[in-house]
Amino acid sequence: MALNTEKNSYTIIFSIVMVLVVGSILAGLASGLKPLVKANERFEKQQNILYALGVNNNEGANDVAFVSTDNVEQEFAKYITKQYVLQGGELIEDDEAYLIDIKKEETKAKNGSYERRLPIFFGQKDGKDVYVVPIRGKGLWDAIWGFVALDKEMVVTGVYFDHKGETPGLGAEIKQRYFMDDFTGEKFLDGEAFEGITVAKGNNDPKNERKDDHKIDALAGATITGDGVSAMLKKDVKMYMPYFKTLN
Amino acid sequence: MGLLSKKDSKLISDPLLDNNPITIQVLGICSALAITAQLKPSIVMAVSVLFVMGVGNVVISLMRNIIPSKIRIIAQLIVVATLVIIVDQVLKAFAYTLSKELSVFIGLIITNCIIMGRFEAFALANGPWRSFLDGIGNALGYGLILVVVGFFRELLGSGTLFGLKVMGDPVEKTGLFALGYENNGFMVLPPMALIVVGIIIWIQRSRNKALIED
Repeated sequence: MALNTEKNSYTIIFSIVMVLVVGSILAGLASGLKPLVKANERFEKQQNILYALGVNNNEGANDVAFVSTDNVEQEFAKYITKQYVLQGGELIEDDEAYLIDIKKEETKAKNGSYERRLPIFFGQKDGKDVYVVPIRGKGLWDAIWGFVALDKEMVVTGVYFDHKGETPGLGAEIKQRYFMDDFTGEKFLDGEAFEGITVAKGNNDPKNERKDDHKIDALAGATITGDGVSAMLKKDVKMYMPYFKTLN
Repeated sequence: MGLLSKKDSKLISDPLLDNNPITIQVLGICSALAITAQLKPSIVMAVSVLFVMGVGNVVISLMRNIIPSKIRIIAQLIVVATLVIIVDQVLKAFAYTLSKELSVFIGLIITNCIIMGRFEAFALANGPWRSFLDGIGNALGYGLILVVVGFFRELLGSGTLFGLKVMGDPVEKTGLFALGYENNGFMVLPPMALIVVGIIIWIQRSRNKALIED
């Protein structure tokens, strides 16, 4: 019997069957691979936090190489001694603080009474206490985010930046070593006041030898991404200031 | 040739050179612009398209007698989209860093005109084996150009291949950089992909006059 593929009823049945078949294939695949994908995302966050802390596999002068995924969990447990969540001035211990989605927290905090949960990670590097905080902001095209490692005077000991869709060769350079390394030693505080760190155009200190001017030399051709980095550093790190005050 | 008849082997060899989807048919340019700044993503993209096109052509060919002609384009789109999502998920699970680098571009395979073009022009009218060969041939032709463009853009733009510094170190001025060589930053930007593709088209047509249209 020849199939009459021109009939309307046939078209409808064909569409329904096709959608069902395709839907179940994809649903099966997605749920099958979900644990692997989740694990990858977890490892990535741990690697990023460790990178900001200065724990990495960098070899050459320009490398940005993370701790390998095979032993990232051991390294994370070794260097990040405690994880906390700051909520309404209270410090609550939380072993999975690194999994907090700070984008969701920011949205939730917009509608009024919700106290934003701020993750903070306590680490030890070269015998010194280091605090790592996550930051997130807007670049030119899409989200940019990162982690900042600070000592208790809010002096930067390391950073890690990443982006979703900045221009390769321009804004995307924020995750290059030469840019990230410039932040080390910069101060967030000017005396008692919160000053932030600015990515500055026309900086008269391009080699970044002066560490107390709160300025980093900007990337050429990436003004908006640079401004985004300044803005997220100012906005997100500032929320932790009341806590850092209690440390001194 | 033992494995393939003469007609079948032409299905593979034609799209590689004389009927290359990028340089002759000028299709699939968008993805060639987007991802060829480095060699590694170019190769992953080529392999992903190889999978999508090979499997997709076979699926469409098997379904060619039952697809209602009224909704055939939608049916083709569903097949491409499904295969692309499979590629995306598999990369996310097994090659996470790479999947981040390629991000939206894997999704862009759906809009790759070569794939829909082969479904419509070949798979709907031919058997599965020939459709498979046609898909593989066209994907290889596409991938070949991608890899060549990626090679030159990464080499001249960043002085590296697969991330290895083959030209020396631009910061510490070793290798070629010691002789005053500089990376061409232009090569990293998308417009240069178009120019490199243009140069390939130029070379190809000047070697084979039969390709020049009046």
